[in-house]
Amino acid sequence: MEEDRRIAAAPRVPVFRTVNLTKVYHGDGNDVWALRGVDLALEEGETVVLLGPSGSGKSTFLNILGGLDQPSSGQVFFRQQELTALDDNALTRYRRDHIGFIFQFYNLIPSLTARENVALVTEIAANPIAPEDALALVGLEARMDHFPSQLSGGEQQRVAVARSVAKRPDVLLCDEPTGALDSATGIGVLEAIEGVNRELGTTAVIITHNAGIAAMADRVIAFADGRIASISVNKERLPASAISW
Amino acid sequence: MTALNKKLFRDLWHIRGQALAIAVVIAGGIATLVMALSAVESLQETRRAFNEQYRFADIFAHAKRAPEWAAREIGAIPGVLRVESRIVQDIIIDVAEMGEPARGRVVSREAGGQSRLNDIVIRRGRDLRRAHPDEVLVNEAFAEAHGLQLGDVIHGNFNQRRRALKVVGVVLSPEYVYAIGPGDVVPDSRHFGVLWMGREALEAAYDLKGAFNDLTLTLAHSVAPAQVIDQVDRLLAPYGGIGAYGRADQLSDAFVTSEMEQLEHIAVVIPPVFLVIAAFLFNVVIARIIQADREQIGLLKAFGYSNMAVGGLYLKQVLLITALGILIGWLLGAWMGHAVTGIYRDFFRFPFLHFQVNPGALAISACVGIFSAVTGTLSAVRRAVAIAPAVAMTPPAPSAYRASIMEYLGLARFLSQTARMILRYIFRWPLRAILTVTGIAFSVAILVMSLFFFDAANRMMEVHFFETERQDMSLTFVDIRTNAARSNVGALPGVLMVETYRTVPAKMRLGHREERVAISGLDGHMQLSRLVDVNGRVVKPPPEGIILSDKLAQLLAARVGDLVTVSALEGRRLVRQVPVVRIIRQYIGLAAYMDRRALNRLMGEGDIISGAHVLSDSRAEPALYAALKDTPALLGLAVRSAALETFSEMIRQHLHTMIFFYLAFASLIAVGVIYNSARISLSERARELASLRVLGFTRREVGTILAGELAILTLVALPLGCMAGYGLASLMVNLFDTKLYRLPLYVADSTYGYAVLMVITATIGSAWLVLRRVASLDLIAVMKTRE
Ligand SMILES: Nc1ncnc2c1ncn2[C@@H]1O[C@H](COP(=O)(O)OP(=O)(O)OP(=O)(O)O)[C@@H](O)[C@H]1O
Ligand SMILES: [Mg+2]
Repeated sequence: MEEDRRIAAAPRVPVFRTVNLTKVYHGDGNDVWALRGVDLALEEGETVVLLGPSGSGKSTFLNILGGLDQPSSGQVFFRQQELTALDDNALTRYRRDHIGFIFQFYNLIPSLTARENVALVTEIAANPIAPEDALALVGLEARMDHFPSQLSGGEQQRVAVARSVAKRPDVLLCDEPTGALDSATGIGVLEAIEGVNRELGTTAVIITHNAGIAAMADRVIAFADGRIASISVNKERLPASAISW
Repeated sequence: MTALNKKLFRDLWHIRGQALAIAVVIAGGIATLVMALSAVESLQETRRAFNEQYRFADIFAHAKRAPEWAAREIGAIPGVLRVESRIVQDIIIDVAEMGEPARGRVVSREAGGQSRLNDIVIRRGRDLRRAHPDEVLVNEAFAEAHGLQLGDVIHGNFNQRRRALKVVGVVLSPEYVYAIGPGDVVPDSRHFGVLWMGREALEAAYDLKGAFNDLTLTLAHSVAPAQVIDQVDRLLAPYGGIGAYGRADQLSDAFVTSEMEQLEHIAVVIPPVFLVIAAFLFNVVIARIIQADREQIGLLKAFGYSNMAVGGLYLKQVLLITALGILIGWLLGAWMGHAVTGIYRDFFRFPFLHFQVNPGALAISACVGIFSAVTGTLSAVRRAVAIAPAVAMTPPAPSAYRASIMEYLGLARFLSQTARMILRYIFRWPLRAILTVTGIAFSVAILVMSLFFFDAANRMMEVHFFETERQDMSLTFVDIRTNAARSNVGALPGVLMVETYRTVPAKMRLGHREERVAISGLDGHMQLSRLVDVNGRVVKPPPEGIILSDKLAQLLAARVGDLVTVSALEGRRLVRQVPVVRIIRQYIGLAAYMDRRALNRLMGEGDIISGAHVLSDSRAEPALYAALKDTPALLGLAVRSAALETFSEMIRQHLHTMIFFYLAFASLIAVGVIYNSARISLSERARELASLRVLGFTRREVGTILAGELAILTLVALPLGCMAGYGLASLMVNLFDTKLYRLPLYVADSTYGYAVLMVITATIGSAWLVLRRVASLDLIAVMKTRE
């Protein structure tokens, strides 16, 4: 069934295309080149894992894809649309309509319950799943009315996953989603990501330091020093449940 | 409710203490505005209705003896609507229950008929009856002060004859809403009464058949009083006219006007102070919340919430707090308005005085409140809107502490670890430290300003009763006398010292400016009634020239060396040029002083006196009073102890109410500012403090860091606040500057002391509230959350 979907989607435009993307931070005295010219295309519905040493520019790249940040030069296309040409309002709409984020630091709103944290996103989404269903998806149906401070780190991250998948985004951008979690909880989170990718055809980009996670990707892209060092294609994707660390 | 709104309300609930503190400060401003504007409106409306319904005159004139046809001539002046001639006479009244004599003003009334102008409201009893010449109506304040019942009898000295008068009615008049006796500082309803009597009885008593000595008139709309006044003066001059004047100089009406002006000043000055502080608190508190919410804001924007939605989140919190403040302010303002109106009912005798909250005032106050709140928060909210969504993706950066002055000066070595942490924190956010200091200083300043009104009133009392008017009583004669009368006064029982004086009603002119004033001619000795400068030194009028009070000099634009034109309004009515030799600061009324001999020369008269100041033996007081009650030549009598009593009573009762409000508000401001500041530094450093606790610092040590910071900021703020308070006091002095009185710029040391003590108490209270939170700091929760 997985095979069928991939074949049917063969002649697509890429969901993301970047052209000679650079990002320079002008610090006091010395400039930091976070990205030094990145050219990349991501296919609709694929799962991509970004690897690379600390400071190699992964987060910067992801933030630009998500419309959170602007590159210093170069272009980014989302399907036909050039993101770099959009103004702030249009970028806001773009994020609202297409993108789901999962952050390393769960980033829940402390004054809202798990359910309300999900509702925060579904309320402004065009075609969301109910917050309750989204939380059930990550196995939190019993903790819906708890505040973040009453949840463990893994539970908080699962709420964050539920929150980002609930709007049925076209793209899921995850920055070290398992960074702060133990192996078992981390796998639960990865399974949730894998689930939306499979069932909704959501494109998923996952940054991680955990090379083991690369096994669940269609492609693994290694960053080094602001550039793409290598791209490898997995012939066989492993299900998330088969990964361990 | 949307999730975003839930967040809004929960966040608001989380800062409810701070929110309430800000709301109360806003309420202070709003309440003052509502109270002042509504009270002005109520007074204005009441006065307008009373004056209109009872035909309060526009112009008033007094003369010695004018024939009735002169009134008809005045009636023919273009612009004059109605004229009424009458007899008005000051007399000595003897009320049996009171030892000392009282002063009275008798006003004629057409018996049985209806007075055309300045009509009266009969509160109790009935009107005068024809052919009952001994019936009188008395003003309500006097009747109440003496517990006079209908049918009671009082005595009066009429033109050297003592008469029994039967009280048949108790009344109010638009002319005596504020019934202040001649020369009095505050109304003394026990010692000054207004009586209405049949015209014929007075005509007979004062030999004024077919004549009058007082006249009032109304003007057609849009007729300027000044021209008519000039013509009335010209027509009455041959008959001893002492100068007509309009409502602006009618004492009772002028006091009501002055009160309304003060309320207007209050409305302009006080609310902005409160609202500026509220705006400042909003700015600090919201900026702090936004700082703490940075990641959440980034997150919301990452999810696709618009700038409007994010900014609105904070603006709505501000507006909700403001709305609460406005609501409290409205209620409080209405309550204060009622309280203030209660005071006015004592002061001003209107037949009705209802406090009504003015809807305009509500609307204006709400607008002003919202405006100040939004202004205070806009920059912080704009910062929130500008936060990049990428912030949500980055880990929290540790607060960037930098080397401060402390390090540059090498001070750090000398300080304990705790002291260093306190100072670094203060220098880390110097702007916030400055704002906190400003806020605390403001509350000190408002306290100083509120208490200053007491100081000023007490100082006024001291100057008037202890430095200037030191005589036990002042006598005014029915007529001017030669100085020989002095020995008659000296012969009265218990009189220890006599000091004579002369007063002359006059018009004083310089250039195109003109003022009516009584010129006092002082004897050289000045042991009793003295002229004293600001430094408490006695000033002797020189043999030539005139001394002006500063307000009179200001109104005439006169400077030392100028020649003013003095037109005497009695005797031979000579017009002379007199050089101004000195200008002297005075707090009550308008005044001009000359040497008595010089004044008599100016009048072209001999050694004349019009009254005497007396020092008496208190043991002989009953005998002296009895003698005075029987002295037909006596026109007026001012007893110092009674005046002093009334004055301090006024301070005690009436000033207290107003000042109570401001003390309460100033304390609330102090608590609001200090509590907010302490809460902010607690939440800002919860993590740091919790870390210290985890590292093994005791609660006490951690508490010291917070309390120490507050203590330092408060200590810096106290002297600044005292200075600002002095500044506000001098602003008040400038605002409360009328012909009737000025405030002395005098702030007692005890006022500073009290203000400082109040603020220190507020600091300790706030510190205590916040330190309780340190005790309950949830170490795990603090370390677990990102912020
Ligand atoms: N706001 C900033 N100002 C200055 N330099 C920055 C800023 N944000 C990132 N950088 C620099 O840009 C470079 C790339 O950062 P980026 O966060 O993309 O790295 P990363 O690959 O995500 O690293 P990690 O695996 O540690 O998260 C780093 O050298 C970083 O120091
Ligand atoms: Mg990163």
